[in-house]
Amino acid sequence: MTLLDIRNLTVTFATRRGAFTAVDGVDVAVDRNEVLAIVGESGSGKSVAMLAAMGLLPKTATVTADRMNFDGLDLMALSADRRRRLAGKDMAMIFQEPMTSLNPCFTVGFQIGETLSAHLGLARKARAARVVELLAEVGIPDPARRARAYPHQLSGGMSQRVMIAMALACRPKLLIADEPTTALDVTIQAQILDLLLRLRRENGMGLVLITHDMGVVAETADRVIVQYAGQQVEASPTRALFADPHHPYTAALLAALPERATERRLPAIPGVVPGQFDRPAGCLFSPRCAFAFSACHRIAPRRAGPELGAALCHTPLAAGVPQPGALQEAGA
Amino acid sequence: MTAALEARGLARDYSVARGAFRRPALVKALAGVSFSLEVGRTLAVVGESGSGKSTLARLLTLIEAPSAGALLIEGEDVAHATPATRRRLRREIQMVFQNPYGSLNPRQTIGKALEEPLLVNTDMNAADRRAASLAIMEKVGLRPEYHHRYPHMFSGGQRQRIAIARAIVLRPKILVLDEPVSALDVSIRAQVLNLLAGLKDEFGLAYVFVSHDLSVVRHIADEVMVIYLGHAVETGSRDAIFHDAQHPYTRALLSATPVADPTARRERILLTGEPPSPIAPPPGCPFHPRCPLVFDRCRVDKPPAETKRGREVACWAVTP
Repeated sequence: MTLLDIRNLTVTFATRRGAFTAVDGVDVAVDRNEVLAIVGESGSGKSVAMLAAMGLLPKTATVTADRMNFDGLDLMALSADRRRRLAGKDMAMIFQEPMTSLNPCFTVGFQIGETLSAHLGLARKARAARVVELLAEVGIPDPARRARAYPHQLSGGMSQRVMIAMALACRPKLLIADEPTTALDVTIQAQILDLLLRLRRENGMGLVLITHDMGVVAETADRVIVQYAGQQVEASPTRALFADPHHPYTAALLAALPERATERRLPAIPGVVPGQFDRPAGCLFSPRCAFAFSACHRIAPRRAGPELGAALCHTPLAAGVPQPGALQEAGA
Repeated sequence: MTAALEARGLARDYSVARGAFRRPALVKALAGVSFSLEVGRTLAVVGESGSGKSTLARLLTLIEAPSAGALLIEGEDVAHATPATRRRLRREIQMVFQNPYGSLNPRQTIGKALEEPLLVNTDMNAADRRAASLAIMEKVGLRPEYHHRYPHMFSGGQRQRIAIARAIVLRPKILVLDEPVSALDVSIRAQVLNLLAGLKDEFGLAYVFVSHDLSVVRHIADEVMVIYLGHAVETGSRDAIFHDAQHPYTRALLSATPVADPTARRERILLTGEPPSPIAPPPGCPFHPRCPLVFDRCRVDKPPAETKRGREVACWAVTP
């Protein structure tokens, strides 16, 4: 059974200037012991989709989905109270900025202990022992002393380890990591990614990694979802995605990476991601797409089959060549 | 030919107050860095946070004076220059900052921002300044109608273009770029890198490119300097650093950088611990507490930068 199974997730925010669809028809499926990466640029809705799964969105957000199951439970049908008890226990999340995610007024030991008392009802002694155990598990040296430290006494890498310890406190079945290493240095990033993968192996949890770094994706993920302007444009196993990207956006994104460039001039994607009020008609990527033709600017594309990475494109690429199949079916 | 920019043992100390009853601590943010940069070349400065990258950028742009060492711009020693020469040299070296959201004045139109350097440094009249700012906007790919718009109306990539335009409007010889693309998305990053490559050729610029992103550095740099805790641990050509790194820190940094290729399985050198604080640097080699090759001498003697295997490297374990 799939651990987290979301179909056709749509999140709309009521803003002062009208409704804004931040996430538009996204499917997410994660199994136990699996690493799913969600990639996209800023504004692609990758964080919002996962905040919706956690139930952490503000009241201005409207969440709809055909299905939203976690570990056999229908999240949409659960009461707010039940979801609160789920978040932080069976599904946990770590955030991008470890320094601002921790409360500066309390010791890190106290903050990890809060999770333990809220979800597991552990008494004070047992809590203190468990906190030290957790800090040791995430590789913090001298954990008993560090448990009494305040956040400002810890470096960025240490703070992120504390956040991970907090997320792991109740042995979650699913861990969502939102850009967990973006604020960290390369050598520390390697340590943290290593830690996340080791904990996944040991506890058999599902791991969702939200990132914009294709290098991190290539080295950690089993499967990848690519998002663009709130839409899911491709979903493929990692190796297949890097070997043969099916959506023109994925292909362009990979080609624009300096490490994959063959020439001095990088094949950049022209233009910018569309904003709230300048969404183009038809395919959202069409103004920047190298393969776009007239129908792309008028008709929204349909999703291709899984053999073509479920690409949201009229003419998904195969080995870099557009395949006309899906377009003819659309009758354009 | 004299180098466009030359640094000889540049160092910078800061004194940090530690409370009313303790003596201030001396932080050696930069402890003796030397290099020479020629016109049309790019020197990449690579290091983690706290390594002294940004201190070096501030010294190079004459924002701060070095505690020791000399800085030569086009062969002229900045420390001994007359005020008039200093003013001229200041124009030759300009800077682009990391965060394009923080480096532009939100109450100033783009045109004002671009004309301000001309107003301060030249005796151009208003019409000439306007023409020069419009010309530079075209060079960096901004439309002329943006001239009277404010920074909040632009995306990160466009703001970085504005910051670059402002840096080159005085036609400097040297550009110091402090993490110019790390705040940008992948698709925008490629656009800005292409723009920088084009401008370098067109205006005959020399770049000092400060970055922590090794995949970007590999693409743009001619020479690479790796710094750790204020010390240049390895300096050499791009090929020497990326294909045949010698210093254990450079190797660890390269192996820790994720590669966008799932089929590449490499040996990863995981460094234990974190960089020590520059307030209390370790004795001997600054890298020795984390170094996998450490031996007795490293804990006592600081290794000097020596030419070994075709690059400058400061390590006792590297054989000539």
